[in-house]
Amino acid sequence: MSTAPVLSLPKRLFRALSVLTLLLIAATAVGLAVGRQRLDFSGLLSDPFARTLFFQLRLPRVLMALLIGASLAVSGAALQALFRNPLADPYTLGVSGGGAFGASVAIALGLSFRVLGIPFVFFASFLGAMLAVFLVRTIARTGAVTLPGALLLSGVVVNLVSAAAVLTLQYLMDPSGALRILRWMVGSLDVVGIAPIGRMLLLLGPAWLALLALSTQLHLLAIDEDTAGTLGVNVTRCNTAVHMLCSLIVGVTVAAGGAIGFVGLIVPHAVRFLFGEDLRIVLPGSLLMGAAFLVLADALARIALPSGELPVGAITGLLGGPAFLWLLRRRQQYTVV
Amino acid sequence: MKPFFEARHLAYTYPRGPLAVRDISLSVARASMTAVIGANGSGKSTFIRMLAGLLRPSAGEILLDGLALAKWPPRLRAREIAFMPQATATVFPFRVLDVVLSGRTPHVPQFRLENEADREKAMQALESAGAAHLADRYVTALSGGEKQMVTLARALAQEPRLLLLDEPSTSLDLKHRAALMRTLARLREQRGLSIVMVTHDLQLTGSLFDSIVALTCGEVTAQGRPDEVLQSDLLARVYGEPNVRARRIGDQTLVWIEA
Repeated sequence: MSTAPVLSLPKRLFRALSVLTLLLIAATAVGLAVGRQRLDFSGLLSDPFARTLFFQLRLPRVLMALLIGASLAVSGAALQALFRNPLADPYTLGVSGGGAFGASVAIALGLSFRVLGIPFVFFASFLGAMLAVFLVRTIARTGAVTLPGALLLSGVVVNLVSAAAVLTLQYLMDPSGALRILRWMVGSLDVVGIAPIGRMLLLLGPAWLALLALSTQLHLLAIDEDTAGTLGVNVTRCNTAVHMLCSLIVGVTVAAGGAIGFVGLIVPHAVRFLFGEDLRIVLPGSLLMGAAFLVLADALARIALPSGELPVGAITGLLGGPAFLWLLRRRQQYTVV
Repeated sequence: MKPFFEARHLAYTYPRGPLAVRDISLSVARASMTAVIGANGSGKSTFIRMLAGLLRPSAGEILLDGLALAKWPPRLRAREIAFMPQATATVFPFRVLDVVLSGRTPHVPQFRLENEADREKAMQALESAGAAHLADRYVTALSGGEKQMVTLARALAQEPRLLLLDEPSTSLDLKHRAALMRTLARLREQRGLSIVMVTHDLQLTGSLFDSIVALTCGEVTAQGRPDEVLQSDLLARVYGEPNVRARRIGDQTLVWIEA
């Protein structure tokens, strides 16, 4: 199947990033406009109630969705390239589950203090995510080969064990602690004020940049690991760096918004489908599209019910689950010649 | 001519495995062609993967321009040595041209993208490998032989001094096998490219190669000019097959199995 000639990379990159930036701007506009409380934007300057609603609730929430969506999608894209597995993402690899477990332990122990202004829960979640990545990688890797089946299976099992551990913690806790975990587990993008967003960005921003800086290496790894090794990529170092960065990114997002599934899986696929396989496009593209996607999913979650709102994880799950199955089916086309 | 690439007394042991390779030495001069032959499991791939820098020798040293291979910054090393693995299983549907372009990475400054000149070099490499017609196809939709041609093109796009090939001709048909050998011979003439090739294709080795290394169970059985190594009794020992025969006709060597 031959197709139209390939555009040069800078042109493709420019086209992809401009389209996705426009998408993100549009999504943000929709996210800011939509909500149960109708907002009169013309009264934003004069009406203090409208101003509080907008700046303390609506805007932070949209920004939160943006940060988390971007984070999950960019880590998903990186993990898919690293493991050369189209079904890899923070959720299927157990990273989210591990993060959730780490965060629950911190919540259960009442460790609500901050380190350098950053809630300790973030660090606990990061550690949990790292532990999960380490476990999954160790189990799935025999010698120099990562077995794709074993990778996803061990990811699923690590997720299940984490969920069971969180459940056990809840039963061991006194009712108030259990409720704290439960409320956090449901996952919500609700946030009051801009300050928490800033604290998250403090960790996420550098991690995003570091991941984007690895995009050439990840591009070569996605094509072939051996070849990457002879093209100047330090494969071991790159592996470790991507694992650490994804654990940090996913850990922080899980600690802040709970485990939101499938964003990291379907967004990179959509970007690849639209703009090709080059990781130097897929990584920044996933960042932008992931942000837009979760902002829109959250907007939908806020207005889906006549009263109250759906958890955003339910929306991404309902969209992502079928997408995952479709990819599983399509995977034959990837691997079978 | 003085060798620029040397392997001295290399040994390799896989973790929890037996010794795969012991005491192999090899020196490569500019514009030379060396074949590595041996039965399956004799350590050929292990050996060439060490030369490519993918495996770190358990003992011995590899020198490129007198400097230990492990001390070379990976990017600089990648400008000197290219490796064509036995098979590449790319999972994602990359375009052929993009895969070949990835061979330009060691020459592209970090955090830059490949430019028009790199694209042209990638196209030339595809032409050299006889695969220009595949440029816009998806690698995942190619046959085994076509994939090998693309992998060769990627290695050529690296513009190395030393090209390492691990059984490049296994899934190539007769025409592309001939094309591969012609391309390698031409690059040796034009660019002074040196080649080390693991192969089962003894017919290929007779006329073009300067030297042959024959391995048995990870050790060198014979090393020298083709007419010295390609001999019936020696090959019988290398492959553990008593009925193998070799005969020199002009500057060609014919190898066959007597029924």
